[in-house]
Amino acid sequence: MVPLNYYIVLSAILFTLGVVGVLIRRNALIIFMSVELMLNAANLAFVAFSSVIKSFTGQIFVFFVIAVAAAEVAVGLALIVEIFKTKRSIDVDQMSSLKG
Amino acid sequence: MTLDLIFFLILSLIAVATALGMLLSRNAIYSALFLVLNFVTVAVFYLLLGAPFIAMAQVTVYAGAIMVLFLFVIMLLGAESLPTAEVLPWQKPLAGALAVALAVEATVVFLTRARPAGDVLPPEESANMIDSLREMGMMLFDQYLLPFEVTSILLLVAMVGAIVLVRKEKRVH
Repeated sequence: MVPLNYYIVLSAILFTLGVVGVLIRRNALIIFMSVELMLNAANLAFVAFSSVIKSFTGQIFVFFVIAVAAAEVAVGLALIVEIFKTKRSIDVDQMSSLKG
Repeated sequence: MTLDLIFFLILSLIAVATALGMLLSRNAIYSALFLVLNFVTVAVFYLLLGAPFIAMAQVTVYAGAIMVLFLFVIMLLGAESLPTAEVLPWQKPLAGALAVALAVEATVVFLTRARPAGDVLPPEESANMIDSLREMGMMLFDQYLLPFEVTSILLLVAMVGAIVLVRKEKRVH
């Protein structure tokens, strides 16, 4: 029997670690992974709430979030590959010009 | 302290440790592998919460498909690590302070505003688990049929978009 609050606090901690990753890393791939970590933390909160109120709506929402994340990763990684082809680097500090 | 609680604490320790490992490792391959471990840990949380379908979707889609795609791209680009040259010295302290503020704020808001403050019951027996899977499938294909179909179109569009982005341009003379 685990209190719901513990899951919420864990979700907040994981989300914050994702935010820190976006803020301090300069590798575009690791920033992208941190975004996935944040999505995952939100999913955990959704499933915890859904389990407490005994409804499947939260789980179905998580299912859609996973599908959207898959689509996002496909397009995002294609964009990163394209940026690497023009800049020869995926350091986000180098992506400072509007014209390629 | 019940067995469930001990299990939860150990798992959450693993989840936070792997998230930190993802943040702090210099090599992007290590980061991706730490993230796989984190996703698997969260899948175990889903099982504890009585959501077996979501747990399996998490393992196959996140830990399987998405992270393999990440590893492919890291190895394709050869971008395991960047040269370490700090451009903004105040970036990390500021990020740390903002993150602590966000964590405290999110925790306080969730704990004071989240209404159904109850206990998470241990997952039910396996017979009930199959019932819950059936009920969820009925809901997905009945009440949420339109979003489900829209998701399939979204995945198709994402596939087309990814192919168009990385395709080699053919010059037409």
